[in-house]
Amino acid sequence: MLKANVTVTLKKSILDPQGSAVEKALKSMKYPVESVRIGKFMEVTLAETDKAKAEEMMHEICHKLLSNPVIEDYFFELEG
Amino acid sequence: MKIGIIRFPGSNCEVDCLEAWRVAGQDPVMIWHQETSVKGFDLIVLPGGFSYGDYLRTGAIARFSPVMDDVVTFAKSGGLVWGICNGFQILTECGLLPGALLRNAGMHFVCSPQYLRVERNDLAFTNKYQEGQIIQIPVNHGEGNYTIDDEGLAGLKANNQIVFRYVTSEGEATEKGSPNGSRENIAGIVNEQGNVLGMMPHPERVVEELIGGVDGKDMFLSILEHWERRTQRGA
Repeated sequence: MLKANVTVTLKKSILDPQGSAVEKALKSMKYPVESVRIGKFMEVTLAETDKAKAEEMMHEICHKLLSNPVIEDYFFELEG
Repeated sequence: MKIGIIRFPGSNCEVDCLEAWRVAGQDPVMIWHQETSVKGFDLIVLPGGFSYGDYLRTGAIARFSPVMDDVVTFAKSGGLVWGICNGFQILTECGLLPGALLRNAGMHFVCSPQYLRVERNDLAFTNKYQEGQIIQIPVNHGEGNYTIDDEGLAGLKANNQIVFRYVTSEGEATEKGSPNGSRENIAGIVNEQGNVLGMMPHPERVVEELIGGVDGKDMFLSILEHWERRTQRGA
């Protein structure tokens, strides 16, 4: 069975208030941190076994639902 | 006027919308999200709430509810669609309105009365207001931070699509006037054709003095006036 590990992040041009809050917390803990961006991780187990088809399908899924292309970027890796 | 209010799992302002329309003398119909047709309606309302628990992104899953295909068709053929709060989020997710709604800049969920400036009164939704009028309508959201890229913003301005802006009590669209960090203090926009409106504030909560104000009532009366004028012309 194929598994897709999907990461969705806010586009670089979009402010990430969650990331900024965590960044401030880390800085207040005196860690030498430059910046923090928060994203999402999703594991999708596929019923499709053909790798090429799975890849095409995952792009479609990511584009349609898992990410909002207006504000987010995505990438994924197929496993298995 | 035949008004349909879509009820998604997790909607929680649909009854407020129903009651507000009753104050305006109308009797809307609830439409469960599993329905597949909105044929015959004059207006579709997408109410506020937390459809699908806001999972993934606000509005992201509701936009794929069975009824939404026909709502998009209805909107594209000129039907009036009004999205409030979560309804606005759904409208941006399904592409009927540009941009997106992000987490509030201050990270806080905001629930408070809010001053708005009416930027356009030539719409089906706002004809009872004066241009530049300051009204007070409550907001109630965690993800109302309207975001759009430079090109998109230029398009909104060129087509005069900004309908409401958050302002201070003096009517200034400054950072101080905004509850959520929205770009250019945008609180509500309309599509190019003027028949699809999305807004974060809740006008349905201010239609009677008894519940704290009446500044939202004119939106309902505007839509009614628009519909009556159109019906008379058609007759």
